[in-house]
Amino acid sequence: MKAKVHVFLKPGVLDVQGKAVEGALHGLGWDGVSNVRVGKVLEFDLKAASEDEAKTELKAMCDKLLANTVIESYKVEVA
Amino acid sequence: MKAAVLVFPGSNCDRDCKTAVETTVGGSVEMVWHQESTLPAGLDLIVVPGGFSYGDYLRCGAMASLSPVMAAVRAEAERGVSVLGICNGFQILCESGLLPGALLRNAKLKYVCKPIELTIENRKTRFTSAYGNQQTVWMTQGNGDGNFFADADTLKAIEDNDQVVFRYVENPNGSVNDIAGIINKAGNVLGMMPHPDRAFEPALGSADGAPMFHSLVAALQVA
Repeated sequence: MKAKVHVFLKPGVLDVQGKAVEGALHGLGWDGVSNVRVGKVLEFDLKAASEDEAKTELKAMCDKLLANTVIESYKVEVA
Repeated sequence: MKAAVLVFPGSNCDRDCKTAVETTVGGSVEMVWHQESTLPAGLDLIVVPGGFSYGDYLRCGAMASLSPVMAAVRAEAERGVSVLGICNGFQILCESGLLPGALLRNAKLKYVCKPIELTIENRKTRFTSAYGNQQTVWMTQGNGDGNFFADADTLKAIEDNDQVVFRYVENPNGSVNDIAGIINKAGNVLGMMPHPDRAFEPALGSADGAPMFHSLVAALQVA
């Protein structure tokens, strides 16, 4: 299975990278841009019997390592 | 004093920490590689040093916090052994859950590398008793992710329990409540972004880090 994990800083946690990118986009004339958030996407192959099992495993991986839930939230996808 | 300094791939202040403990209080210091699953017996202090463990990949301190040696550190911390995390060591302790909160990217996106003045907020800890009435100290700071963050409830608990040990006089990185260093509730695990290990004798520009190690020795004598 192909797994995809999205990790972003939680709403309300200052995302300085997002702010910097937003400033750069404004500088280039895209004034309509706001609330830029920069996150991470991790992609990998995962052996699992079912999509549900894969998602359970992915959530465990996020809680243990891939995300710091003090500051980040995550979303998992399998295909 | 018997101390261990942990060494991760990418640690770069491990030898500074060893020298600091040896020079200030004549402690005996063993270096312990992160793949070790046990620590030397009879430790009084475990230092988690600064650096860029695992290249700061994923998040600063994330992978180091899951090293085999950290399970041993957790067990020793639960027994009451003193644990001092400096800079990347602070990040590792937060990632491991031994300290609350997390360290974010500096608010101005700049790596901050300079001498820095701190107020001592709690001088009743085993790490700070030797500061006496000294109000502020100078140490040095060197980090890109030193912006301490905790959610409102956690922050309130940290403040209410007097867990803030050091605050910045001039906040260099956006840390919430100007927090530079915190201690756990039990009072034996301290994490801080500034470096006492780079400020323990006048030749380094400041000796204000030295009382921290003297405090720890004094605490042992009382115990």
